[in-house]
Amino acid sequence: MAKSLLLVGVGGQGTILVSKILSEGLLEEGYDVKMSEIHGMAQRGGSVTTQIRFGDKVYSPTINLGEADVLVSFEKLEAARYVPLLKKGGTLIVNEEEMWPLPVLAGFEKYPEGIMEELKNKLDNVMSINARTIAEELGEPRSQNIVMLGLIVKALGLEAIDWKSKIKKFLPERVHEVNLKAFERGISL
Amino acid sequence: MKKLLTGNEAIARGAYEAGCLVAAAYPGTPSTEILENISQYEEIYSEWSTNEKVALEVGAGASIAGARSLVAMKHVGLNVAADPLFTIAYEGVNGGLVVITADEPGMHSSQNEQDNRLFAPHAKVAMVEPSDSQECKDFIKHAFEISETYDTPVLFKVTTRVCHSKGVVEFGERNEVGIKEYVKDPKKYIMVPANSKAKHIEMETDRIPRLREYSNNSPLNKIEWNDRKIGIITSGASYLHAKEVFGDTVSYLKVGFSWPLPDKLFREFADAVDKLYIIEENEPYMEQYIKAMGIDCIGKEIFSVCGEINPQIIRKAMLGEEIEELYNLELEVSSRPPALCAGCPHRGIFYALSKHKNKVVVTSDIGCYTLGAMPPLGMGDTVICMGAGITAGIGFDKVNQMADRNKKVFGFVGDSTFFHSGMTGLVNAVYNKSNMVVVILDNRITAMTGHQENPGTGKSISGVEAPQIDIENLVKAIGVKEENIRVIDPYDMDSNANAVKDGLEATEPFVIITKQPCALIKDVQRRRANLYCQVNQEKCRKCKTCLRIGCPAISMKDNVVSMDTSMCNGCTVCLQVCPFNAIESFGEEVM
Repeated sequence: MAKSLLLVGVGGQGTILVSKILSEGLLEEGYDVKMSEIHGMAQRGGSVTTQIRFGDKVYSPTINLGEADVLVSFEKLEAARYVPLLKKGGTLIVNEEEMWPLPVLAGFEKYPEGIMEELKNKLDNVMSINARTIAEELGEPRSQNIVMLGLIVKALGLEAIDWKSKIKKFLPERVHEVNLKAFERGISL
Repeated sequence: MKKLLTGNEAIARGAYEAGCLVAAAYPGTPSTEILENISQYEEIYSEWSTNEKVALEVGAGASIAGARSLVAMKHVGLNVAADPLFTIAYEGVNGGLVVITADEPGMHSSQNEQDNRLFAPHAKVAMVEPSDSQECKDFIKHAFEISETYDTPVLFKVTTRVCHSKGVVEFGERNEVGIKEYVKDPKKYIMVPANSKAKHIEMETDRIPRLREYSNNSPLNKIEWNDRKIGIITSGASYLHAKEVFGDTVSYLKVGFSWPLPDKLFREFADAVDKLYIIEENEPYMEQYIKAMGIDCIGKEIFSVCGEINPQIIRKAMLGEEIEELYNLELEVSSRPPALCAGCPHRGIFYALSKHKNKVVVTSDIGCYTLGAMPPLGMGDTVICMGAGITAGIGFDKVNQMADRNKKVFGFVGDSTFFHSGMTGLVNAVYNKSNMVVVILDNRITAMTGHQENPGTGKSISGVEAPQIDIENLVKAIGVKEENIRVIDPYDMDSNANAVKDGLEATEPFVIITKQPCALIKDVQRRRANLYCQVNQEKCRKCKTCLRIGCPAISMKDNVVSMDTSMCNGCTVCLQVCPFNAIESFGEEVM
C-alpha cells in the first residue's frame, strides 16, 4: 500500500526543496516514488503544495480529499486550509509560523485566531513545532525547512536512510553545517 | 542508471538520447523546464525564441535542413504556433520534428484549459501521449522515429501532472543520428496551391492510412487484459489515476499514440469487455470517435469536461464512493492568492494609475503584472492572451471615443511579452492612430515563468552574452514620437505620477517604459540585501495609505503598522506615498 505525504506552505519557504530531498532518499531506500508539485505562481506568495507518494508500486501522483497519511504544513493557516486532505487518523506536522496573506495584510480578510487550538481539538495526531525559533537559534532562519525535514523523517520512521548526504547534495556548501545541525534538531524533537 | 526526474526533465533526456540537434521554445507553465534542461546538453543547439510561432518555424527549418528538432510550448502557445503547424503538416519533415504541447487541465497557471489533442485531427499531425516520466523519455524517441518514418511532424501532448510529477527513469545512451542530407524539393517544401493540393491528397491517401495502420499495431497502444467485465480506454495521466483505483482488476486499453486513433484496437477491446468506460481529461476526444464507430461506451456522462481527473473522481463516478469522514474545522480560512512581491518594480506605476481609477480602463496582459488587477491596486479591466494588453486596448479605446466615455485606455505589457507579440500591436496602435497609452514594464527578465532570458536581457538561454534589443529605440522606430515616450524609474513615485499625467493628456499613441529589474533576480537581491524601510511609530498616524500599495512586507497588527524588514528590499514606494513622512529607509547598496 502506498503512503501519501502532502507538504504545503507559502512560496519561498523551501517546501519544494524538502520534497526533493525526501523523494531522493525514498528512492534510494528502494521505494517506487512519485512526486507532484503545483507551483504556478507560488513565487509571488501564493500557497505551494507538493505531493509525495511512495510504496512498492505507485501509479497516480496525486493526493485528494481524505487521502494524505501525513500532512506537513510549514505555516499554520495553510495547515487549516489543507486539513480536509488528511486521512481520518492521519498525522499533521505543523510549523507554528504565521504568515499573513495579502488580503489579510490589506485588511480585506482576517487571519483566523486559534488555529492551533482548533487543530489540536479536532485532529487525532498533531505534532507542532516552532521551526523558526530553532532555526534562529542556529543563526540561519532559512534553515526552518530542514528542521521540518528532521521532524518528518522521525514521524515517518525513516531514520535509517542517509539523509545527510541528500541535504549536502541539494544545498550549497557554505550552508551545509548549519543545515545538518537543523536536521539534527528536527529529528531529535 | 536510474534517476528521479520530472516529466519535463525526462523529455529533455529523451531528446538528448534521440540525437536531437535543435530545440526552441517560448517559456510557459508547465512546459518551461523542458528547454531549460535541454540547454544543459552541449550537443543540442537551444534557444528561447521570441514566441511559439517563431520557435516552431525555427524547428521546421532545422528539420527540413536535416536535423532532429524539438519545439516546446504551453497549450495556449500552440494557438500562436498554429499557423506554421497546419502547413508544416503538409510538407512533412527531413530530420524528425517533435512539437510538445503542455496542457493545463485544472488551469493551475493558465487562462484557459483548452484540450490540444483536438489540434491533431485538425492539423492532421500524428500525436503521442505519455503518462509518466519514463514514458516521456521513451516516447520522445518513438516520436522522432515516427516523424521520420511517416514524414510528419509529431505532436507530443503532456499535461501539468505529467510535466511536474517526478518518477523513476532509466537512462540510455545518446544515439548520434547526425544531420541528414538536404535535397532541394520544391514540391515538398514550397507550399503554393499546386504543390499543396498534391500534398493534401498524398496525406489523405497515403500518409494517414499508413499512420492509422501504425496506430493499430503501435507498441504505444497497449491492451492490458485482466477481468473483462469492465474495460477502460484511457490515456495520459488519466491512465495512472485509473490504475491507482482498479489496479489489475479491470482491463485497459492505454492509448499512447492518439492520432490517428487505433480503430481496430478499439473494436477488438470493446467486443471483449462487458462494459466500456472512457477516462480522459477535458474534451471527449476519444469518446466521440468511439461512439461514432457505433460502439456503446460511458464517458462524459459521468466525468466532467472541466478540470483534472484524479483517483477520487474516478471512484465517485464509477463506484459511487463518497468520502465519508473528514476533519471539519470551525475556522474561516482566509485566502492566499499570489501577489506582487515586496520590492516588485511594477507596484509604483499601478499605484500612481489607481489615483485616476475613475478616468482609466486598464487592458492588461499575461505576466506578473496581471496581479496588478488584484486588490488593493485593482488595476485591470481585461486579460485575454499574450499581446492583447496593447491590442485589446486599441479596440477598447475606439469604442470609448464613439461612446464619449472620456476614459483613457492604459495597456500593460512586460518586456518579454512585448517581444513576443506586443511589438506588432504597437505598430497597429501607431498605424491606426490609437489614442491609448502603452506601458511597457521592462524588468529585464521573463519573470512569471521563473526568470528566463529574453531578447532584452543581453543573455542567451545558456547564459552566454547575446545582443540586447533596446526597447526604447524599437518604440521610436515603430513611429511613436519622441515627445510621447517616457522612460522612467518605477521606484520613483514622482516619475510615475508625471508619466501617468502626461499619458492621460496625450492625444496620440503614448508609451511609458518603466526600467527596474525584477526584485527576485539574484544579482538584484544581492545588491539590495541591506536596504530596508522601517515605520517610525512616533510619526505614524495609522492612515493606512501604505497598506493600499499592496506590499506583502507591510502589515497592521493590533493597530500598529509594521514592516517585515527581511522581506523589504528598500524600494521606498511606501515611504514616498506616506503623507506623514513616517517611513524611513536604511542601509546601503552592496556594490
